[in-house]
Amino acid sequence: MDAHGPLSDNGVVRLLTHTGDRLEHPEYSPFAQDLDFAALRAMWREMVIVRAFDTEATSLQRQGELGLWVAALGQEAAQIGSGHALTDRDWVFPSYREHGVAYLRGVDLADILRTFRGLEHSSWVPNEHNFHLYTLVIGAHTLHATGYAMAMDWDGLVGSGRPDHDAAVICYFGDGATSEGDTNEALVFAAVNNAPIVFFCQNNQYAISEPTTRQSKVALAQRASGVGIPGVRVDGNDVLASYAVTRQALERARSGGGPTFIEALTYRMAAHTTSDDPTRYRTRDEEDYWRERDPIARLTAYLERAGELPQAFQEEVRAEGKELATRARIRLKESVRAPARDMFDHVYAEPHATVDSERAWYERYEESFVDAEGSHR
Amino acid sequence: MTTLTMAAAINAGLRKAMERDPKVVLMGEDIGVLGGVFRVTDGLHKDFGGDRVRDTPLAESGIVGTAIGMAMRGYRPVCEIQFDGFIFPAFSQITTQLAKMHYRAQGNITLPVTIRVPFAGNIGAIEHHSESPEGYFTHTPGLRVAAPATPEDGFTMIQQAIACPDPVIFFEPKARYWDKADVDLDAPFDEAKATTGMSRARIVRQGDDATIVAYGPTVRLALQVAQVSEEEGSSVEVIDLRSLSPLDHQTVVRSVKKTGRCVIVHEAPSAFGVGAEIAARVTEEAFFHLEAPVLRVGGFFMPYPGSKFEHDYLPSVDRLLDAVDRVLAH
Repeated sequence: MDAHGPLSDNGVVRLLTHTGDRLEHPEYSPFAQDLDFAALRAMWREMVIVRAFDTEATSLQRQGELGLWVAALGQEAAQIGSGHALTDRDWVFPSYREHGVAYLRGVDLADILRTFRGLEHSSWVPNEHNFHLYTLVIGAHTLHATGYAMAMDWDGLVGSGRPDHDAAVICYFGDGATSEGDTNEALVFAAVNNAPIVFFCQNNQYAISEPTTRQSKVALAQRASGVGIPGVRVDGNDVLASYAVTRQALERARSGGGPTFIEALTYRMAAHTTSDDPTRYRTRDEEDYWRERDPIARLTAYLERAGELPQAFQEEVRAEGKELATRARIRLKESVRAPARDMFDHVYAEPHATVDSERAWYERYEESFVDAEGSHR
Repeated sequence: MTTLTMAAAINAGLRKAMERDPKVVLMGEDIGVLGGVFRVTDGLHKDFGGDRVRDTPLAESGIVGTAIGMAMRGYRPVCEIQFDGFIFPAFSQITTQLAKMHYRAQGNITLPVTIRVPFAGNIGAIEHHSESPEGYFTHTPGLRVAAPATPEDGFTMIQQAIACPDPVIFFEPKARYWDKADVDLDAPFDEAKATTGMSRARIVRQGDDATIVAYGPTVRLALQVAQVSEEEGSSVEVIDLRSLSPLDHQTVVRSVKKTGRCVIVHEAPSAFGVGAEIAARVTEEAFFHLEAPVLRVGGFFMPYPGSKFEHDYLPSVDRLLDAVDRVLAH
């Protein structure tokens, strides 16, 4: 692997090796100090449950129940680690693969499937979770996140020094998004406005089929130096390190220290989506290499070796994961599409003549199929 | 009553909106100390400060994209895109994000963002500074599109656009910025009627023989042609659409049912433009009242030419009069 390229291991913060051994880091270990075994078990539980759900969703797509599924497989540590550093007051702007973060924000994962079935474009109320809608236009939401963070600052939510008051934004995106104009504009706007935002890039090494080397000649975190904000690389398959670097960055943002760019080096273990075929562009050897660096496996190894992951707990969590998967499956199959006329709702906040007249026409058209006995012809 | 140019009238409207609602924030390139390249925000930076009149980085997508985030937190951003031809870097944010967010969120997010765009030509400008891109936005569900033609409407409609809970693309005819008229700065403003108020067309001249439909920069042209027609013995009605989305087609249809003839004039290319939509509406709803085919007078289907050609490219009194004469010949 290129020693300085976008996939090098240079300067990557790591607190847990892929064999499950703890490492110390002078700057970041203190930010993971509060993670005792109970906390790590909680993270393990979340990672396992999210993966169980993810696997079920892939099956549901294969069985024709979903139009598409976007698996987060392999990225659980980056998401659960960073997500744990958030408070309820912080705001999250996800891309479309952050099911782990959604879970932590209290979004019912079973509901998310409605979106991927094509019943609706969003399946949660952002304000109820401080978790914005998924955005499919790559990088577009980085600007929304930045504007939102600037407005949080105007609202006095930054730099009061009160931990129960200050807040920040975290914005998730992938390696491909770092090439988008919007992401670069977001970095500029955030930097010059000292916005309370953490840019959390999950470098999962592929934008569908394009490796990160098609996006960058240097480590993605180096983009930060161009706009004058701190950039840090972290092992995204290490839940402790992902937590620690995010916690530091969020604390900086909340205290008025401005934005941080985090690059979490991880690996998209599954296909880009269920429509993708990774065998066309990557090798089995590469996949094996990263399977050995599975984010859940290394935490399992560490906790088991410490005698802190009892078998009974593991079984309990796996049962919980299965329960969620089953509930999601049943809920999905029972889901009912709203009547067609409802698709005319919410185009505008206030009445709009074109929408109103087309809705009226459509209703008359539908009525025309009703015969004298009141049933549809 | 105060006599104001359209630029000054819009400036006064912005000031009213900012005084009324502390959440109104202006943002754009050179709108601060400079007061905007057309001086539409002149003096606002001095009076409201740099937090509410914000000079942004030179990034149109960034302006609109961050405005979306601000609106999500309850602000009412008013973005200035410096010139019509520079709106395209923001096109994705406007069409894929701003326009759709309320729908995608099933009504759980509203984005009261106003995007002001000095538009259209006739000022001898170089490339990219004279365009009429309104058709891209009228074709996008989720956006409202408005274009004032007079100082009075500039003053009132900008306030209505800002008060409207939906995104509004507000096209300001730059050639009309220096037109003067009396504006009632103390006119009462009804926030609850803002959206309906700016959505209605206005009959600016009554007539019986033909209807000219215009908006923004071509309203004055239409009135000139109506005047010439009157001298030639024909009575021409002129409609200022004011709103392009929604389109107040009922006002147009009512008028055409009376006159039986319809000519639409805009600076944007005729092909696939706003005029095509109006022609289709009139054909659907006033077909049996028509005495002549519906005609369009617009820019030609080409990139906006060098400014030395613009008087030949743009709808002129002669070209519009020619079209009116042709419908009257039936």
